[in-house]
Amino acid sequence: MTRIGDKFKELASLQKKGLIVYITGGCPDMDTTIKAVLAAEKAGADIIEIGIPFSDPMADGPVIQHAATKALERGATVNGILAALKKIREVSAIPVAFMTYFNPIMQHGVAAFVRDAKAAGADGFIVPDLSLEENGEMLTACKEEQLDLVEFVAPTTTANRFPAICQQASGFVYCISNTGVTGAKVVDYSTLAPITENIKKNTAVPVAIGFGISSPAAAKAASQYAEAVIVGSAVMDKLMNSGVQEMAGFIAELRSGLDGE
Amino acid sequence: MSDNNGRYGKYGGRYVPETVMPAVQELEEYYMKLKDDPSFKAEFATYLKEYAGRPSLLYHAKRLTEHYGKANIYLKREDLNHTGSHKINNALGQVLLARRMGKKRVIAETGAGQHGVATATVAALFGMECTVYMGKEDVERQSLNVFRMKLLGATVVSVESGNGTLKDATSEAFRSWVTNIRDTHYVIGSTMGPHPYPMIVRDFQSVIGQEVKEEMQEKLGKLPDYVLACVGGGSNSMGMFYPFHQDKSVQKIGIEPAGKGIETGQHAATLTAGTPGVLHGMMTYLIQDKEGQIIPPYSISAGLDYPGVGPQHAYFKDKGIVKYYSVTDDEAVAAFQRLSQLEGVIPAMESSHALAYLEYLMPHTAPEQNVVVCLSGRGDKDVHMVSKILEGKI
Repeated sequence: MTRIGDKFKELASLQKKGLIVYITGGCPDMDTTIKAVLAAEKAGADIIEIGIPFSDPMADGPVIQHAATKALERGATVNGILAALKKIREVSAIPVAFMTYFNPIMQHGVAAFVRDAKAAGADGFIVPDLSLEENGEMLTACKEEQLDLVEFVAPTTTANRFPAICQQASGFVYCISNTGVTGAKVVDYSTLAPITENIKKNTAVPVAIGFGISSPAAAKAASQYAEAVIVGSAVMDKLMNSGVQEMAGFIAELRSGLDGE
Repeated sequence: MSDNNGRYGKYGGRYVPETVMPAVQELEEYYMKLKDDPSFKAEFATYLKEYAGRPSLLYHAKRLTEHYGKANIYLKREDLNHTGSHKINNALGQVLLARRMGKKRVIAETGAGQHGVATATVAALFGMECTVYMGKEDVERQSLNVFRMKLLGATVVSVESGNGTLKDATSEAFRSWVTNIRDTHYVIGSTMGPHPYPMIVRDFQSVIGQEVKEEMQEKLGKLPDYVLACVGGGSNSMGMFYPFHQDKSVQKIGIEPAGKGIETGQHAATLTAGTPGVLHGMMTYLIQDKEGQIIPPYSISAGLDYPGVGPQHAYFKDKGIVKYYSVTDDEAVAAFQRLSQLEGVIPAMESSHALAYLEYLMPHTAPEQNVVVCLSGRGDKDVHMVSKILEGKI
């Protein structure tokens, strides 16, 4: 089990909901990424997704698109982000998953990427355009290195796909809250109840809800249906427009929103 | 050709977010059921004939032939179709399919605006809501087509991300589709995207090559020696090549946009200068850097200005089934003028790329041979831009 699995066990024993925070690597520079990850941990994040920017992020809304563009303009690379994680690992054991699209992984070499990520201290991967149908090589590499490959379930996922998705899932199952791209959105989280129930019928792997969550209240509402919530665009919006401290303050609010009654 | 996951060799596939996967599977199911359904085939054939004006003519370009003094040159006149390009073939097919699937709304991406116009046209014909995504740069250089789409009742969204061209319009159309996946059909305009799109668009465009086969049989009683077409995403070329893919005597040549020259890095010649990768749901050749970031492409022709190419073209290239070459902006502009002056036909800037390659090909042909060029669209939309380039030279 990776640090991700260990963290969910710990959260369960504490009867707490998990807070997963997304930070684009290299936006606006690597030093900021390192500071932001450590500040997020201190503010109460349980797991960090570090985004490896891709020029054409198909599943992302305007905020994360903008963050990726900014990071790439400033010269973010896979190796640069791996090096940043190594630095983070000198002082922190927070679980980290890399979130990226398949092309940067493919160009690095799938097996080499998973190996290098492990050496840098990563625990898993989230690759939104790597569907169940196409993830064979990545899954093999992850099993080889004993890292997690997070699978997605969407509101459109048909009943017949749940068993296969859940069977492959490791780390957590990423439950997409709405049909849409990443970014703030008003969502009726109660509609997710039958979806998360269906996941639970098929696997013991924890569930995290993401896409659209942008406030402590929304985080609390979503957390009723899962073990954790994922906040990305709202965090990046704070980081890009107000800096690391403001971002950390926002994460602390999300934390107390989740922990409060 | 293609297995269950839509593979052409190692190319193709379905690299899409989970939200989209059930929709592409549903599309595949419907299409596989309908493609051989007599009522669907008859409906499609009727609209192609009575609405699009097919079959398109195979025209013997005598003065262009004389100009080179070698093989006979024939033009497959897709420019004479309703809406002025081959794009209507696919738009009709997909919208008829979407109607059978119960979809009320269609979206499309467009580069030069030809596919956007074709989709807006068919949406108007069937009273469907239509939104077209178009890069900001293309909105500016193809303003006539933007107005045509609006006139037809479509909403045109100007996409400002990236460098504001076809790649960015496609990404945005995908994002919009993810958001409205339940009631919307995404009419992809070329033989690209996740399976089953490359197969569906190829099949709907194959009418081009099928007709050429029949028309050549009728005129000369034999197959042509060469078929040429321009390649952006690759739909008119796949429509031309696919029906000939097993005919070894027919040399199939695809022409990519070399822009300001391959060596300048300012081009969109994906198969000529790209490497395999994954974008917009498919594995194919891409113009990208070592990190896997897409390099903004460049071509004078908005319809060819795309950093990827249909996965079956990638397969055809690797297998040597089709040969791919490239010509520059300048060569395409010269061909644009040449056809206008020799034949009284103003070709689209996209099709002008295929015509430009005649300069290289014709010296190697013999008078008893026959060359067919796909004239994929008419050039009215490009006249304004070309007038600026040729100012004072004409």
